[in-house]
Amino acid sequence: MIMTNQNKKVVIAMSGGVDSSVAAALLVEQKYSVTGMMLKLWSDECSESENACCPPEAIDQARQVANILKIPFYVLDVRDLFKQIVVDPFIEAYQFGLTPNPCYLCNQNIRWGIFLNRILDMGNDFLATGHYARINKIENLYTLRKGVDPLKDQSYVLSGLNQTQLAHTLLPLGNYHKTQVRELAREYQLPVAEKPDSQDLCFVGQSGYRDFLRRHSPDTFLPGEIRQFDGQIVGTHDGLANYTIGQRKGLGSGNAEPVYVIKKEISTNELIVGTKSELGNISFSITHLNWISGKTPTFPVELEVKIRYQAQPVLATLREGTNQTILAELKSPLRDITPGQIAVFYQENSVVGSGMIQSTVQKGGTL
Amino acid sequence: MDRIYLDYAATTPLDPNVLEEMTPYFTQIFGNPSSSHYFGQQAEGILEECRSKIASIFHVQPDEIIFTASGSEGDNLALRGTAFTQKSKYGKDTILISPVEHPAVANTARQLKEQFDFKVIELRIDDFGQIILDDLNDKLIDRVAIVSTIFANNEIGTINPIHEIGRLCHEKGVPFHTDAVQACGRLPINVEESEIDLLSFAAHKFYGPKGVGVLIRRKPIEINAQITGGKQEHKLRAGTHNIPGIVGLTAALELSLQQCGVENQRLIILRDQMIRSVLEQISGSHLTGHPTNRSSNHASFVFDGIKGNDLVIMLDMAGFACSSGSACKVGDPKPSKVLLALGLTTELAVGSLRVTLGKYTTTEQVKRFLEFLPEAVKNLRK
Repeated sequence: MIMTNQNKKVVIAMSGGVDSSVAAALLVEQKYSVTGMMLKLWSDECSESENACCPPEAIDQARQVANILKIPFYVLDVRDLFKQIVVDPFIEAYQFGLTPNPCYLCNQNIRWGIFLNRILDMGNDFLATGHYARINKIENLYTLRKGVDPLKDQSYVLSGLNQTQLAHTLLPLGNYHKTQVRELAREYQLPVAEKPDSQDLCFVGQSGYRDFLRRHSPDTFLPGEIRQFDGQIVGTHDGLANYTIGQRKGLGSGNAEPVYVIKKEISTNELIVGTKSELGNISFSITHLNWISGKTPTFPVELEVKIRYQAQPVLATLREGTNQTILAELKSPLRDITPGQIAVFYQENSVVGSGMIQSTVQKGGTL
Repeated sequence: MDRIYLDYAATTPLDPNVLEEMTPYFTQIFGNPSSSHYFGQQAEGILEECRSKIASIFHVQPDEIIFTASGSEGDNLALRGTAFTQKSKYGKDTILISPVEHPAVANTARQLKEQFDFKVIELRIDDFGQIILDDLNDKLIDRVAIVSTIFANNEIGTINPIHEIGRLCHEKGVPFHTDAVQACGRLPINVEESEIDLLSFAAHKFYGPKGVGVLIRRKPIEINAQITGGKQEHKLRAGTHNIPGIVGLTAALELSLQQCGVENQRLIILRDQMIRSVLEQISGSHLTGHPTNRSSNHASFVFDGIKGNDLVIMLDMAGFACSSGSACKVGDPKPSKVLLALGLTTELAVGSLRVTLGKYTTTEQVKRFLEFLPEAVKNLRK
């Protein structure tokens, strides 16, 4: 095993963070022929400054780690494509009242799209990343499984990958817990060992995504009315993009009972609110589907579904819908199902597939 | 991995013989030439010996040699030092440079323009990057404080008609500077005959140490110091002398000039073989710079549909160290200004590759490179 790794050329996508740095160190230890690369992505705060890197300290840190590990390191500029494929659709999605997941799109089309293709063209065998998930090959089929650390599992954001992409992927951290990874970083004496985890979207800048949207899509911040299901107007909102489904804060006080965001009515620019008992959906439709095995399952099928990266999986029955969509039926109403987010289907610890949440059905209502 | 170095225009390894010459000056003869005691006198002795040797190589006087810490420093001192003096003494405020200068000249001229009210006029070049002499002649008006043109271009290899430029400048009494960083040690340079007033170079381009260079300043050209302090270098460049570096520079220069006759013949054969092979084997490849009047070790190309950055990465991953005029360590490829000045399209100006050979380059290495390159270009065009 050790002998064969030497001939395998792996490119580790480095971010300057602790996870990708440790992943790189593990690959070096496993005697792969390792090259570090960083993608230069479009970022709002750097778009106008010439020769600035985004963010410059991240490039320096990744370069420093590569130096310590004695591996070559390069930066590939994919700013234009990233803007076109990830950022522009992100902005556009809000104009349709959706809450998109740009990381999913980036992984599917940038990291495991343009980037993977380019490094394969350059003569490499694998792309490696510091994601917490596992890939196994079972009878010529690649499976994507959750990482062993339940708090860090990132199979959700990788669920858009296909068999070809998985076949060329190594995820060295899948069997580790985050605490172990930090411990390893200290052992390898990597200067990024104590660096905090990144939080926000990489391209929105310091002031957060709402500020980003305000600058790039002012239309989504037009004030409108807050309405209850029964039609009663109970106040005004300052732009639908300011709210997420299930949100309680910022809806004004004076209500007898706490109210929550139930729905965004993009056509009338109305925010629909309701009480806690009105929260939750019993079913939802999913579009833009990806099945890890490459084969669509036979419906109906009962699988676990995760409606957000941080959500707990719940059981759902999936049925075939119209126009290449599927319908997920839940046993009991589930809060915070948000159009635009990714629904990921699991069977035990393996990802079966994923897709984008299209619309939701109110308790006892129709689509 | 067995790595092959093909970037001698970026820097060269120190020749072991040069290192040997330098070694005693780190630990034994370590004095400061400015000191009056014997330690200092020993250091001063070798300093002046080096100065004389360099002066005779270039056919100038010893007090016309100014030791610097780099080629860029020499360019800065020449340009800024001359520009300021010419302006304060004679009211001359115009700087003539070519559009294909090294950033050490181009950005210094830009600063003089933006912050010190100089006018910078760009000279016209032909398709190979050579100065058009008629244009220079037309632009050599009374107000010109200095003309600066590169001797041998770092990016495209082209050698400028330095003699002719020098003569035109002197007919009009205008100081002439040339950045000879890529030419020194490769070509015999007679500063007197070529009518050069200021010439800068650095040791690390010809198997000498990094961190040391020279600005030759002919009298009576006046410059003012850019680093002020002690009385070193006739008060034109303060700072304790880098004696081991200066010893290394001198030894490396002598050695290179001894070897360059034979070495250039060998390199030109390898270079031309490379140029021919690339142009024949790779469709959509173009030579940049002059086909023959170019540095003996320098081949530069652009490829249709290729990003130079990607090509350099791919070559490096396969063990070939080259460079690209548009490559950038932080992955921010910009079209090369030099290539744009030659009239190339933006698409081509990001697709450049520079391969520069040196005395440790073997025929076998070039062969291996030429076997790999067409494959690399083909894969990147997918």
